[in-house]
Amino acid sequence: MTTLTKESQGPEHPELLELDRVTIRFAGDSGDGMQLAGTQFTKTSAVVGNDISTFPDIPAEIRAPQGSLPGVSGFQVSFASTEIYTPGDAPDVLVAMNPAALKTNLADLPRGGILVVNEDEFTETNLRKATYASNPLEDGSLRSYRTFRVPISTLNARALEDSGLTAVQVDRCKNMFALGLMFWLYSRPLDTTVHWITEKFGKNPGVAAANIKTLKAGYAFGETTEMFATHYHVPKAKQKPGLYRNITGNEATALGFVTASKLAGRQLFYGSYPITPASDVLHELARFKNFGVKTFQAEDEIAAVGAAIGASFGGSLGLTGTSGPGLALKSEAIGLAVMLELPLVVMDVQRAGPSTGMPTKTEQGDLLQCMFGRNGESPVAVVAPATSSDCFNMAIEAWRIAIKYRTPVVFLSDGYLGMGSEPWLVPDYDSLPKIPVVFASDPATYKPYARDPETLAPPWAIPGTPDLEHRVGGLEKADITGNVSYDPANHDKMVHLRAEKVARIAQDIPELVVDGDERGGLLVLGWGSTYGVIMTAVQRARAQGKRVSMAHLRYLNPFPRNLGEVLTRYDKVLIPEINLGQLRLLVRGTFLVDAVGFNKVAGRPFTIRDIEERIGELA
Amino acid sequence: MVTANGDKKDGVQVLSRKDFVSDQEVRWCPGCGDYSILAQTQKVMPELGIPRENIVFISGIGCSSRLPYYMDTYGMHSIHGRAPTIASGLKASRPELSVWVVTGDGDALSIGGNHLLHVLRRNIDLQIILHNNQIYGLTKGQYSPTSELGKRTKSSPVGTIDAPLHPLTVALGAEATFVARTVDVDPHHMVGVLERAYQHHGSAFCEVYQNCNIYNDGAFADFTAKEVRADRMLFLEHGKPMIFGKERNKGIRINGLQPEVVEIGVDGITEADLLVHDETRPDPTIAFMLSRMSYPDFPVPIGVIRAVQRPTYDDLMTAQIEHAVAVEGEGDLRTLFTEGDTWVVE
Repeated sequence: MTTLTKESQGPEHPELLELDRVTIRFAGDSGDGMQLAGTQFTKTSAVVGNDISTFPDIPAEIRAPQGSLPGVSGFQVSFASTEIYTPGDAPDVLVAMNPAALKTNLADLPRGGILVVNEDEFTETNLRKATYASNPLEDGSLRSYRTFRVPISTLNARALEDSGLTAVQVDRCKNMFALGLMFWLYSRPLDTTVHWITEKFGKNPGVAAANIKTLKAGYAFGETTEMFATHYHVPKAKQKPGLYRNITGNEATALGFVTASKLAGRQLFYGSYPITPASDVLHELARFKNFGVKTFQAEDEIAAVGAAIGASFGGSLGLTGTSGPGLALKSEAIGLAVMLELPLVVMDVQRAGPSTGMPTKTEQGDLLQCMFGRNGESPVAVVAPATSSDCFNMAIEAWRIAIKYRTPVVFLSDGYLGMGSEPWLVPDYDSLPKIPVVFASDPATYKPYARDPETLAPPWAIPGTPDLEHRVGGLEKADITGNVSYDPANHDKMVHLRAEKVARIAQDIPELVVDGDERGGLLVLGWGSTYGVIMTAVQRARAQGKRVSMAHLRYLNPFPRNLGEVLTRYDKVLIPEINLGQLRLLVRGTFLVDAVGFNKVAGRPFTIRDIEERIGELA
Repeated sequence: MVTANGDKKDGVQVLSRKDFVSDQEVRWCPGCGDYSILAQTQKVMPELGIPRENIVFISGIGCSSRLPYYMDTYGMHSIHGRAPTIASGLKASRPELSVWVVTGDGDALSIGGNHLLHVLRRNIDLQIILHNNQIYGLTKGQYSPTSELGKRTKSSPVGTIDAPLHPLTVALGAEATFVARTVDVDPHHMVGVLERAYQHHGSAFCEVYQNCNIYNDGAFADFTAKEVRADRMLFLEHGKPMIFGKERNKGIRINGLQPEVVEIGVDGITEADLLVHDETRPDPTIAFMLSRMSYPDFPVPIGVIRAVQRPTYDDLMTAQIEHAVAVEGEGDLRTLFTEGDTWVVE
């Protein structure tokens, strides 16, 4: 945080400082509305022109006991006057709505950081639930922070004395008081949130009025009280001109899939079983009925992928989506799609594993499962978006590849990308390239497993086409005819053909681009959601004069065709991953390059400092 | 591939059984009941009046699941137990197709049990033909979920200890709207049931008692053999009293909550005392009762046990989409992209 200018507002007004970047974390009980406060702060910051990046931290329990440590829900938003790539390593400000929120989040707040606590909630009972032996507000343990004790519950109740709402309803509004206070502290206008409240509670004007009233009360509290000596301003960021909206990775993914369906002119069919953190995509796609999107909430993960395969057999875009445990269940059916050679997209929004693991926490542990988690030689293409908004591009790309090569494609996202958000430069729909779809129609030339000489893709002959009746199945099939075959030479040929077909996708995807030096020094190679931290860490290291470059893989199978050559140009290769080295294993095995790793599997994104330190050891 | 060789009548191709015979050599054991099921299926297809290209057979794994290879229609031999899922996705995405699921007792009730329940409760408009031979044939003779308790097989040398499922009872429990049973040795009856299954709008579940002459020979012979059939099976007919027996002198009467076998003319019993079969009865209690009747205590009911109407999943799905388009208009991505709060960076 750097102070750019100082602007005195006169002795009776708090001073206004200009900052280039601020990170706030709202933390409270899962019933306290912290996600809502966080998203509203994000929206307003985006609208005033900051670059933004967010990361929600949601407990697995929907309603853990009130005031308990597992029940704490957090939302971190970073906003800046420059381009940013991450939601910030550590918050500058922590808003803690109760002792449990303080206990679980304080360790992340740097010394000297701003801490706003709702002191009303620091009762004996709540302190006990949060396992505090003594009250941290009293025992001096918060001395190294700029702590502001605000009786948020009392002030909120007082503001809503005459609202006519019940005590419980009144208490539910207190997140808006806290939000109002943050809006004042960072000089944000209230109108975006006021507008949102009016829309959201349109049917319940009493509740709408109360929320607006306490939002304004929170703002006024900051303005009039002498508690805060300073407030802050973060100017607009310089961004590429255009129309923007804030978007989470899961929203961008859903939009990408429906866009692919329109670009291909084929119906999108989504088979899915609810699973954290992928369910949002099901919720989004279920809204798109007027786009002809069909969503099928299946009885289990297997049925979800089965239904998608059935839809693809019928000529639709059969899509299924899940997280790691669900992908494990889908393995056999994905193998069937490999054998049938049907287009299929499988979305995996990764979460911490193994087994049930930590459903709401992020990880990159499924790469090898996608690559190899099936019986037999069963190659699939794998693409991985690098940022939340990139989910849109890669969702379309997954479909382009699946259709052209008639292959399953795994779209490998993760909880951090899926739930995190950032501004999205709204694309011009009319300039997006169409996805050609060709169905077989000529009985004179049709052979079920004859192949396109360039892509090796077999034709797509869908039911309803006269005289192309044919049978497909999971048994090995004879080349060209597709009849069941146990012939040894044929099996060897088919195994090679299926592998070669997926390998040929490399001719059809962009080459890997290096950001930094053309050769020499350290190359940091990443994939997926670590893009933002790696980018920032490498920029900082270069600013310090270190010879560090970066490249980020968005295509994991096949790799970009120049990857092997790129790797030979650098003295050292570092591959940071939120797993124990899965990409590293592939890279070492494929290219015989002695890449080293940075592997921390803590259920959360890397911090920029994590990567900077590792770079420091190597460059 | 055999192409349609029938005449054209008013521009519509008239198909024959031969048009549904694929060029693949049939590879079931000689004498297997599956031959009869295949033959009746090929026979019934031209009667249904569906363009051949709109017919799709989808199967799982097992002896029965080889059937799609032998039908000259679209077909998929998929993975074990999952045929209903693939068929559901196909039918929901292409409601105009005629989709048939071919499965067996292991495929549908063991590994795929969950999917069977859910396809039936959704009432997706497709036909499910379950070849029940009460044994695992393809894996060479282990007991199946419909094998009788105590059955000795390769995997149960001293007898099974798990109680069997009754497929029709399972289907009724899963809210099936059409439930029927037929047998491999009565081709004429089977054709009738297959036709009815096709005509039913919704999920049509048909159990076919099928003899595995290698691993479970004669499993149903006690009541399906020609000479005993009339006395030991109850041929259900909608609206008719439940009468059976060579002499047509026996019937089923309800006594309290239980069925009982009575003899017409004995103790003053007349036809009027017998239960009249009503396949459209909304309450499934009698259908459930019929699904549990088994030889030797009762004659084994065959025919359509239940046929009721309920909206189908595919119709409801189509209706929701049409409604959305009618109310919101055809979706425009340009609008969807800019949903919610947007801002312009100059």
